[in-house]
Formats: sequence, C-alpha cells, structure tokens
Amino acid sequence: MTYRQRMIDKLTAAFAPTLLEVEDESARHHGHGGALPEGETHFAIRIVAPAFQGVSRLARHRMIHEVVAAELAERVHALSIEADPS
Amino acid sequence: MSDIKSTIDAEVQSADVVLFMKGTPKMPQCGFSGQVVQILSHLGVPFKGVNILESDALRAGLKDYSNWPTFPQLYVKGEFVGGADITREMFQAGELQTLLADKGVPVTAKA
Repeated sequence: MTYRQRMIDKLTAAFAPTLLEVEDESARHHGHGGALPEGETHFAIRIVAPAFQGVSRLARHRMIHEVVAAELAERVHALSIEADPS
Repeated sequence: MSDIKSTIDAEVQSADVVLFMKGTPKMPQCGFSGQVVQILSHLGVPFKGVNILESDALRAGLKDYSNWPTFPQLYVKGEFVGGADITREMFQAGELQTLLADKGVPVTAKA
C-alpha cells in the first residue's frame, strides 16, 4: 500500500472527514533535501471534519501528526496541512 | 537528551523570535522555511534563524521538544507558535501580528 493510501485510511478512520484530499507533492521537491528517489516524501493534506470544531490550529495539526506518526517516522518528510471544522 | 533539552531551552530564549529552519534566512534550503522568513521579513520582525541542518542532535531534539515532526518551527518569546502552514494562516488572518503585539515584540510593517 502506498503511504498516501495509508494516510487516507488512517485519517478517514480517525476523523470521519467530510472532505479529504491527500496530494503527493514529492515531484516538486525532487533533488531537495529529504526527497527520496522512490518519492512519497512530501504531501499536502486538506481535511474538513467536525472533530476540529473548537480546536486550535496547533492542536488540529498535532491530532493529525499523531494519526500519521508512523508514516512521518518511516518516510514522510514534509506535511502541509489545512484543517477546518467545516 | 537532558543536554540537548537545555541547549534548546537556551536557544528558544535567545531572542524574542526564533525560527528553527532549513538553511539560513538569507539562503533558505526549503520552500516552507523560506515562506516563514518572507512573512517575518515582510512584517519587519527581527528574528534569529537557526539552521537545523547543521546539527542532527538539534534537529532530532527539537522534534521531541516541540512535539512537532517537521520544520520550520517558529518560537515567539519561548513559546511554540507552529510550522509554516500555521504561521501563514495566522499571518493572513492578522493573528500573527496580534500575537507579536501581545507579546511585546516590535513590528514595523513595511507599507
């Protein structure tokens, strides 16, 4: 399974999002520090979930980091996050 | 770990605004680090850039210290603010400017 799919599955299970986009932007960072030839190092996540209601930006990002901690530790090097409650 | 923690403690207190980044403010080596440099420069905020690419111990230590897995990491008056996305969203909403003002950091926005 790709890292992208792993993150989609975990985020879906954790937050039941009404919108979820996980874009692999690795190609744009080719040759840059942290990029790997096999790709899947740089991602952008756009997520909308009621679970973020009343939660600060910092806390939203931390909730997401926690859910994809394994992916961050193994491969993913940069994660751009846009998280909204609605 | 306690050594690196005290090193980081000292580093985050070493200036009002400290940016742990890849590369230097003049030569950012990552687009996200560069974005935060641009925002701070645009606001006219004096800040200290710390190049985490120069120290593996610092880089690894900061991830634990801040409980944050990526860089850049922005600190204001010793308090963790966030990474590039949060800094940008706060700047766009005017919240970063408010935070700096509340913390007593002088801002001289260029017209």
